[in-house]
Amino acid sequence: MIYLVLAGVLFVIGLHGLFVARHLLRKILSLNVLSAAVFLFLVALARQAEPLDSVPHAIVLTGIVVSVSTTAVALALLVRLSRPRGNNAAPAGKESR
Amino acid sequence: MLVFDALLAGALIWLAWQATHTPGLFRSVISFIVFGLLMALAWVRLEAPDIALAEAAIGAGATGALLLSALGRLAVTHEAGTPWQERPDLYFWIPAGAALLGLLTLAAWALPTPGLGDDVRRVLPDSGVANPVTAVLLNIRAFDTLLEIGVLLLATIAIWSLGRMPMPSAPAVRSPALTALGRVLFPMFVLVSAYLLWRGSHAPGGAFPAGAVVGAGGILSILAGAQPWLTGGVRGPWRILLSLGFATMLAVAWGVMALGQPFFAYPPGLAGLIVLVLELAAGLSIAMSLVALYLAGQPPDHWGPEAARR
Repeated sequence: MIYLVLAGVLFVIGLHGLFVARHLLRKILSLNVLSAAVFLFLVALARQAEPLDSVPHAIVLTGIVVSVSTTAVALALLVRLSRPRGNNAAPAGKESR
Repeated sequence: MLVFDALLAGALIWLAWQATHTPGLFRSVISFIVFGLLMALAWVRLEAPDIALAEAAIGAGATGALLLSALGRLAVTHEAGTPWQERPDLYFWIPAGAALLGLLTLAAWALPTPGLGDDVRRVLPDSGVANPVTAVLLNIRAFDTLLEIGVLLLATIAIWSLGRMPMPSAPAVRSPALTALGRVLFPMFVLVSAYLLWRGSHAPGGAFPAGAVVGAGGILSILAGAQPWLTGGVRGPWRILLSLGFATMLAVAWGVMALGQPFFAYPPGLAGLIVLVLELAAGLSIAMSLVALYLAGQPPDHWGPEAARR
C-alpha cells in the first residue's frame, strides 16, 4: 500500500520536472522518474493479487529496456544539440562514404 | 518491515526531488543513479527479483554510464538561474494537476486486481521453463519481447544515423589500474552473465540481466582503452550481433508456422529448447546494443590510433 502512495508521489515529481525543468538533461531525468513511478504502480498492483501475478513483472522488465533505449537516443540527440556547429567529432566531409 | 518500507519510500522521494529539482547537473545525475539502486531494493520488497536484477544492471548501471558520459560531452553544463522556470499560470495548473491526479487515483482504484497468476501457473508446465517471468517473456507474451528487441535495435539505428561516435572514447589520462582491472574483470562479467542466463529457466535471471552484465563489461573495457575486434563497418560482425535477437525471434515466430502452429505458438516438445535459443540470441543482442548506445554514434571501421585522429 505504501508503494502505491510512493508511485503517486514520484509520478507528480516526475511530471512537474518534465514540464518546468529548464535544462534538457533534467527533463530526461524527470521522464525516467516518471516511468519508474509507472513501473512501481504496476508491480505494486501485481503484489496484491493472489497468487503473485507475473505478467506485470514481465511487462515492467520490457519497459525498463525500452526506457533505457529512449534515454540513450534522447541523450545522444542532446549531446549533438549542445555542440556548436562545425566543432563536431566527425567532420561532415567524411560522413558520406 | 513497515519502518524499512517507509524509510525506503522517503529516501526515494528525496532522491527523485534531488534529481529533478535541485541545482547542479552532476549532483542530479548522481542522485538519479542512487535512485535506481534504491529502486532495485524496492523491487525486492515487492517480490519482483527479476525486475530488481534488471533494474540494478540496466536501470542504475547502463543508464548511469549513459548519463555520465553525456554529461561529460555536453558543451554547456551550468544552468542559468533556477533549475525550473517560473510559471505565471500556476493558479490554473495546480488545480488542474490535482484534478487529473484524483481522477487517475479513482481509475486505479476501480481497476480489477490483476488475476493472471492462476492462468500463468496452469500453462507453466507446457512452457518449457519453470520461472513464470521467463515463461511470460519468451513464450506466452513473446510477441511483446519481439517488439521490445525491435525498439532496442531501432534506438541503435537512430544513434548510428547521427554520425560517427565522438572520439576519443576512453579517458585521455588512463589509470594503469583500470586497464589491468578491466582485463581481470571482463571474464568474470561473462561468467556471471552465463550463470544468469542458465538460471533464468528456473529462477530469477534470464536474458535481460545477462545481456546487461555483458554490456556493462563491454563498456568497462572500452573505458579501459580496449580496442574491440568488433567494428561498425558495413559487413562488420557488430551489425550481425545487433540484429541477431530480432532476426532469431522473427525466424522462430514464422518457423513454427511451418510446423502447423499459430504465430509464436511453440510445439509442445520443443518449447524448452526454443526458449533457450531465444534467450541466447536476445541476450547477445541486448549486450551489443547497450555498448552501441553507450558509444553514442557509429563505431569506426577500424579501431586504433588512426580512428582517434579522424
